[in-house]
Amino acid sequence: MAKLPPSTATAPLAAALSALLGVHRVLTAPEDILPYGFDGTAALKQLPACVVFPRDAADVAFILRLAREHRAPVVTRGSGTGLSGGSVPLAGSIVLCLAKLDRILELDAANLTLRVEAGVITQKIYETADAAGLFYPPDPGSMKISTIGGNVAENSGGLRGLKYGVTRDYVMGLEVVLADGSICWLGSKCVKDVAGYNLRDLFIGSEGTLGVVTQVLLKLLPKPAARQTLLATFAAMDAAAATVSAIIAAKIIPCTLEFLDQKTLRCVEDFARVGLPRAAAAILLIETDGHPAAVADEAAAIEKLCHAHGATSVRRAANADEATRLATARRSAFSALARLRPTTILEDVTVPRSELAGMIRAVEAIAEKHDLNIATFGHFGDGNLHPTILTDERDPAEMHRVELALVDIVEETLKRGGTITGEHGIGLAKKPFLKRQLGDQSYELLRLVKRALDPHSLLNPGKIFD
Amino acid sequence: MASVVNSSSSNLLKGLDYSVLQQCMHCGLCLPTCPTYDETKLERHSPRGRIALMRAVADGELAVSKTFGEEMYYCLGCLACTTACPAGVNYAELFETARAEVERQGVLDAPKRSFIRYWVVKFLFTRPRLLRFVGRTLWLWQASGLQSLARRSGLTKLLPANLRRLEPQSPAIRAKFSHQLIRPIERPAPSPDVSTKPPRRVAVLTGCVQDLAFSDVNRATVDVLLANGCEVHTPPVQPCCGSLHAHNGDLASARTLARRQIDLFNPDDFDAILTNAGGCGSHLKTYGHLLHDDPAYAARAAAWDKKLKDIHEYLVEIGFRKPASSAPAVTVTYHESCHLCHGQKLSAQPRAILHALPGVELKECAEAQWCCGSAGIYNITQPDTAARLQERKVGHVLATGAQTVATANPGCHLQLENGLRAAPSTRATPRVAHPIVLLAEAYRAETATANQA
Repeated sequence: MAKLPPSTATAPLAAALSALLGVHRVLTAPEDILPYGFDGTAALKQLPACVVFPRDAADVAFILRLAREHRAPVVTRGSGTGLSGGSVPLAGSIVLCLAKLDRILELDAANLTLRVEAGVITQKIYETADAAGLFYPPDPGSMKISTIGGNVAENSGGLRGLKYGVTRDYVMGLEVVLADGSICWLGSKCVKDVAGYNLRDLFIGSEGTLGVVTQVLLKLLPKPAARQTLLATFAAMDAAAATVSAIIAAKIIPCTLEFLDQKTLRCVEDFARVGLPRAAAAILLIETDGHPAAVADEAAAIEKLCHAHGATSVRRAANADEATRLATARRSAFSALARLRPTTILEDVTVPRSELAGMIRAVEAIAEKHDLNIATFGHFGDGNLHPTILTDERDPAEMHRVELALVDIVEETLKRGGTITGEHGIGLAKKPFLKRQLGDQSYELLRLVKRALDPHSLLNPGKIFD
Repeated sequence: MASVVNSSSSNLLKGLDYSVLQQCMHCGLCLPTCPTYDETKLERHSPRGRIALMRAVADGELAVSKTFGEEMYYCLGCLACTTACPAGVNYAELFETARAEVERQGVLDAPKRSFIRYWVVKFLFTRPRLLRFVGRTLWLWQASGLQSLARRSGLTKLLPANLRRLEPQSPAIRAKFSHQLIRPIERPAPSPDVSTKPPRRVAVLTGCVQDLAFSDVNRATVDVLLANGCEVHTPPVQPCCGSLHAHNGDLASARTLARRQIDLFNPDDFDAILTNAGGCGSHLKTYGHLLHDDPAYAARAAAWDKKLKDIHEYLVEIGFRKPASSAPAVTVTYHESCHLCHGQKLSAQPRAILHALPGVELKECAEAQWCCGSAGIYNITQPDTAARLQERKVGHVLATGAQTVATANPGCHLQLENGLRAAPSTRATPRVAHPIVLLAEAYRAETATANQA
């Protein structure tokens, strides 16, 4: 398939694109476009017709108008790290890659904002803020390479969600190119701004189906002066859950409240040798940040609460090095699991915090029922779980069981008042389940919005819904 | 679509255990660590992209084209991706196999390329005595003043463009090679505190470029081992380790050379077999896999892997003695050889040695783990990219203000020396030195101090 030259239908399109952008900004050779046929999602791939690299919003507008003329679907892409298939191309599509729109445009220290192009890497945003004594909190797992445009499109979360929220909470403004090529600014530097509909929020998490985000105006915070890290182990998941509830009830909102289940922590121990007790049923990684005095008080209170609720051990980092070592347990969770089998499917169902312990048990039961290897870790503070299915995409029988297990997990999540995706998006992976969660009328409302903004259905069609 | 695959129905990538290819979950975490992706921001030039191409070849969806071949050779092989990879993909095996397939299908064949590959890679670097002869000739050219005469008189301007560019980068050949500096067996001085333990028996691999251009590093390695109570075996004539061959698509020669090494150094005879060149070590540690289906060698090759150690790794393992001499303060920065830090995951050990040196302040440079562009023969095959990487590296080194830059691989050493020499700088050009040379100097200073006292 890859050897085929661009079809006669797409050749004029590619030629027109090359005429505007220059041949180096339009890729059509099989060796060039094949690596754009997938994103970070397991077992999904499709070759596009071509890949283009715009220089600015005007280029994007031109590309979208041209795509409309040729009725070619457009799939916007940053670094292709998504986990729901959001940037997996469609047959005959143009991949609109924004990775080269990577300029930092303005750091406004007076208003605590940062304006960047959509292709800027999340880590770079964090570092730019940090260098100015400021803080950009959202830290999705792929932040070293994910782009801010992709984060906005998926409304990405991260480890700091409980205290600091998600990408949406830091977007003050967006430059968006619409399907008809018009270029809109939505939002402003004003903290209070109620002029007209809040359309900015409509585009956050829209997964490239409503428009193309080309610039983002971000809110920054002052950098927390201190941070304290604790690692607690528990003999039962319920004890860990009770501890989390007690911490919140004590009016402490840690910036990080992560957990690993037994399967995950054993894998981590085998892989990273951080000294975790293999007999433990769960571990919690807890981090508090803020004013040094408050941090010290909170850390002491958290430690006490852990012991009071049955922690078998609590380690409190004495310095930054030790904090890093403790955090390694959580940070290496995915790496430790990903090595075990050829295919790793990272789920992100989310339930109300109070349902978390029960949900983890339910996932264990589902794994057993379908004879699968599923380890669970995630964000205890915000109820966002990562059941991780370790499998092999070349084994059709096992992959069928994986599908059945996914349906069961979704069922269980919805029963508990949860959501089918906390931070990865619907894309292709969760599409079959969306209607069940939203109900017919809400689902139709989404489609109504889509039709209004993208009447020819050319922007990432077939993602979120058909 | 099998019809697009030319030549035989199978290829080397197809022959690979598919799970090696499949292990890549295309998460993209390798991208920010890849110098070629960083340079172009094109997926094709990333590890994830290259693996996708390899997988397409293995699946029969893509032919081994000239473009595919060029892509495999655009990769530096620095293995930074393997450090970043959460899934533990064995990229080294993938890219060696892909290059071998490129050579098998001959998609890059051109008369000059084939000529160089045959005479240099296959012929010269499999014949240690001949290599030394060529080295000696080069030394005569340099030492006799003919080289500088040729440079001064502008005679070098008559060379073809690419040779002219490479000529100033050619290594300065040593007057004495390793076998003229090191006796086949050297024993440590009897220890004053009478320990009952017999000395550790170790073998030292002298390498090819290391032997010709940096025989002092080999001498220093032996000195340091003697100072730590080891009995050191250094056969005067040693074969090339074969890393050059494996990295350049000639796995057959690599296997032959691995067998010769194992014939020369029986793993059972030594406590450890030691290498001081990051690039060689990374390859030397894979003999077990390279020869796993050779019934005559598989067992010995597996034993070899267990004994093969990088010198820094070994010194830290045996608890090397900290030199006690007093020395004037000097700031040192450390550039990590890719195949030491990414290939062998040895990052802390060379630093532990530098930290142990009297008077040394270790000042880290930015991007210490970023490839310097030497990458085996990459500076010859991809001079433009190599030059940009060199400039980037030199900039970071100079920014530290360090007087010495330590590095543990001959390719990096040359690349840094050449880059630093060419860099416009107001300060004195920093010295480039192997950490083991610095350690040997510190031990030597001890003796000097003791003699004065």
